[in-house]
Amino acid sequence: MSAMLDGGIPSGPIEQKWGRCRFEMMLVNPSNRRKHSIIVVGAGLAGAAASASLGQQGYHVRCFSFHDSPRRAHSIAAQGGINAAKNYRNDGDSTFRLFYDTIKGGDYRSREANVYRLAEVSVNIIDQCVAQGVPFAREYGGLLDTRSFGGVQVSRTFYARGQTGQQLLLGAYQALEEQVGTGTVTMHTRSELLDIVIVDGKARGIVTRDLVSGRVSSHAADVVVLATGGYSNVFYLSTNAKASNCTAIWRAHRRGAFFANPCFTQIHPTCIPLSSEHQSKLTLMSESLRNDGRVWVPLKRGDKRPPNDIPESERDYFLERRYPSFGNLVPRDVASRATKEVCDEGRGVGPSGLGVYLDFAAAIARMSREQVDEKYGNLFDIYEKITGEDAHAVPMRIYPAPHYTMGGLWVDYHLMSTIPGLFVAGEANFSDHGANRLGASALMQGLADGYFILPYTIPDYIASNHLAAIDTSHPAFAAAEADVAERVRRLVGIRGKRSPDSIHRELGKTMWDLCGMSRSDQSLRRALAKVPELREEFWNDLRIVGSGEELNQTLEKAGRIADFLELAELMCIDALDRTESCGGHFRVESQTSEGDAVRDDEHFSFVSAWEWKGQNAPPELHKEPLAFEYVHFAPRSYK
Amino acid sequence: MKLTLKVWRQQEAGASGRFATYDVDGVTPDMSFLETLDLLNENLLARGEAPVAFESDCREGICGSCGFLINGVAHGGRPGTTVCQLSMRFFEDGDVLTLEPWRARAFQVIRDLIVERSAFDRIVQAGGFISVPVGSARDGNAILVQKESADTAFDAAACIGCGACVAACPNASAMLFTAAKLMHLNTLPQGQPQHHLRTLDMIAAMQNEHFGSCTNHGECEAVCPKGIPMEFIGSMNHDLITAMFRRRRERPPAPDVGKQPYHEIEETGSRSRNK
Ligand SMILES: Cc1cc2nc3c(=O)[nH]c(=O)nc-3n(C[C@H](O)[C@H](O)[C@H](O)COP(=O)(O)OP(=O)(O)OC[C@H]3O[C@@H](n4cnc5c(N)ncnc54)[C@H](O)[C@@H]3O)c2cc1C
Ligand code: SF4
Ligand code: FES
Repeated sequence: MSAMLDGGIPSGPIEQKWGRCRFEMMLVNPSNRRKHSIIVVGAGLAGAAASASLGQQGYHVRCFSFHDSPRRAHSIAAQGGINAAKNYRNDGDSTFRLFYDTIKGGDYRSREANVYRLAEVSVNIIDQCVAQGVPFAREYGGLLDTRSFGGVQVSRTFYARGQTGQQLLLGAYQALEEQVGTGTVTMHTRSELLDIVIVDGKARGIVTRDLVSGRVSSHAADVVVLATGGYSNVFYLSTNAKASNCTAIWRAHRRGAFFANPCFTQIHPTCIPLSSEHQSKLTLMSESLRNDGRVWVPLKRGDKRPPNDIPESERDYFLERRYPSFGNLVPRDVASRATKEVCDEGRGVGPSGLGVYLDFAAAIARMSREQVDEKYGNLFDIYEKITGEDAHAVPMRIYPAPHYTMGGLWVDYHLMSTIPGLFVAGEANFSDHGANRLGASALMQGLADGYFILPYTIPDYIASNHLAAIDTSHPAFAAAEADVAERVRRLVGIRGKRSPDSIHRELGKTMWDLCGMSRSDQSLRRALAKVPELREEFWNDLRIVGSGEELNQTLEKAGRIADFLELAELMCIDALDRTESCGGHFRVESQTSEGDAVRDDEHFSFVSAWEWKGQNAPPELHKEPLAFEYVHFAPRSYK
Repeated sequence: MKLTLKVWRQQEAGASGRFATYDVDGVTPDMSFLETLDLLNENLLARGEAPVAFESDCREGICGSCGFLINGVAHGGRPGTTVCQLSMRFFEDGDVLTLEPWRARAFQVIRDLIVERSAFDRIVQAGGFISVPVGSARDGNAILVQKESADTAFDAAACIGCGACVAACPNASAMLFTAAKLMHLNTLPQGQPQHHLRTLDMIAAMQNEHFGSCTNHGECEAVCPKGIPMEFIGSMNHDLITAMFRRRRERPPAPDVGKQPYHEIEETGSRSRNK
């Protein structure tokens, strides 16, 4: 086993790596760019930003999305904000500090060089977005406002009320539509990627299904970019949009792209608790709420009094108690686990006992109701819409929920996967967040990848490779199309009894219980027995009504679930292999007597990159060793 | 509770449609409206019938995917609420509800409750952006933006592109949507250089998409889940007049082949954005 993987990190001091790399990269003459075609799959922050930037440079870009418009991508839902090391507050921020916080926040499981670059370009992102007209929050003097966000002690998060993702995506969408208008980018909406086409070892195209007519077709290009988002919906209930899925990256994985750290998933501490058995998704309450809200549970277990009847002396502000220096602002993984622990002790609140209070009484007393509303009004509204409760009057109830996946396709420093010519950006890659992502860093990474990294590394790939002209008449396309068509036929032809949703729910529950907030050797082995059974059941007892030649949402779901059922197994294999606890991956065998996670740097300071070996063979593990030259290993302490 | 849903069923674009009536039992007040449709669809699937096609994604009122008429009212008629945010606690046992797709010439029904809204994207393509090639931006704080302007721009930019305004309008006009985008970009200092062109181009594109004109009914504002106010339409009309006046004084740039500007603007010869 275990060939070592090389991320291709440039040499030199960390501050010079990206600059040097940019200089050394090859360029494509402007008049030749039009002759090179690039397929971008995904039109969220990463995909829209990449398509717009590459279109501006003059490449022939085709962008695909299963949505009816790029503006619907899941990025639209991000609430809290986007980080940048601007140090506008003069509070000690710097590129190095953002880099340091991200490495530490990621629990020393990310690449130093990538993270440094991310911190470096973070400032350009804000500039770009402001120029595009993103209406960031402003102060009365006209300058940009910032706030602090989970897990850090500086105020570096830029925001647009509680709708930062929406505004950033609209900025990228508008830039993309401008290019569509000028003809450099062609937009293919309602088109779902179902396979990647490889010719002579390089990614040279994709196969898609038109979601309206059901037509399967191929598209050839010099480069393929996947910016297709994360896979939290493997848990069925998550904060992700309903249609978010792993199909694009999983299909690429099956064609040879290594999958890195699949078990690194983030459970977000502040979501509205589950309330009905028919619930279809979970709603996030932005983590920014923890800036002013205080988290507590009753001291006594089973205390069913209404929250406002519980006196101060009988409340346990457990985050403030356990982590005095970070208090309610500890990183997500720490807050989620602490929440789970108090609920497991029987001190949880709400009808199910799976919830803790997030209380704004002190903030309202300290500021004013108006000031609290200015910051969080829309979140209070969302809360009221869903629960019917007014969080000004009674504390909110929150509980952790699957939210983000740090794992994804393995990429090198150029964001290229192990398939030459296949680049991966945004949440779909594994690159920058290690074992835990800090708040407000996903938007930053998606836009960094799309606006500032791929527009350099893709031209370098085009210029330094001889890419023979091909079109979809190449037999590899016909073969991939036939595979896709066959799979659609197989799904439609099962004619069993179970709906895709019922199987997805069962898979989600299995993963949440056995490979969720805490994992053990035993739980993972149980999951590894259960998931293949479910997969078996899926392929024997699935029911789809209608055909593949029409708009068929049941079929769309089924195809995505089929891939989740394979990915789930890889997540458990990875989680079982990594016997340490780190970031969002908590192995019960590896903790202190106080229940804090214990990392094992000696044995696990590496990226796990898994290679698909076929349906009936176990995947092969490749390791990319992680070296830390600038940030030294330390137990991650927020006490 | 038990509800009766009369749902528009249509196989595909151009096909004829009809209402089908379904009873849904076991609905609880903590479910959302779309979860009720999920439940209906599970029942239909179990009976071997095709589930009702409808769009949704974020299910928290931000992506703009969802939307249909409930008893003739877009998104069901609760203020500031998209249909995905609509809770079943507002309904009662025995309610009979009619569900129909958006009805507008510019929004073709492609199946059941799903319509094609790409006309909105084309309006944005025409001018709904600020041209700023990546990498060319100045420091974010080099541009001062008055808090009031930033807030107004934000209020306008909150539009989710759902299309309810069009569906509610007796003329199926897209004025509120277009006005919101114009207000967002035209209010900000960054948006000034393209102010007039953007106004002319976006309005021209809107006219080309079979949307009707505005006769001040105000239905759009009433159903808009994001509270986009009618007054933005007033500002847009004002911007249009200024833009037409300004552009007329300039030498007309060469018209852009391939796009069909609407007649009034054709006279001024604008469409120079791509030059
Ligand atoms: C509720 C919520 C709040 C968040 N808040 C924040 C925040 O405050 N700050 C922060 O930094 N991060 C936040 N995040 C995380 C962040 O929003 C995401 O990680 C990020 O937006 C992902 O962007 P993306 O471009 O990688 O993918 P996405 O936005 O998910 O886009 C994926 C795109 O790929 C397309 N696609 C996918 N598969 C296929 C396929 N097979 N064929 C064709 N097209 C396909 C989709 O149509 C879509 O266009 C939040 C996430 C959630 C869920
Ligand atoms: S203006 Fe309102 S109703 Fe119209 S598309 Fe925008 S959000 Fe929807
Ligand atoms: S599903 Fe996103 S707005 Fe309703």
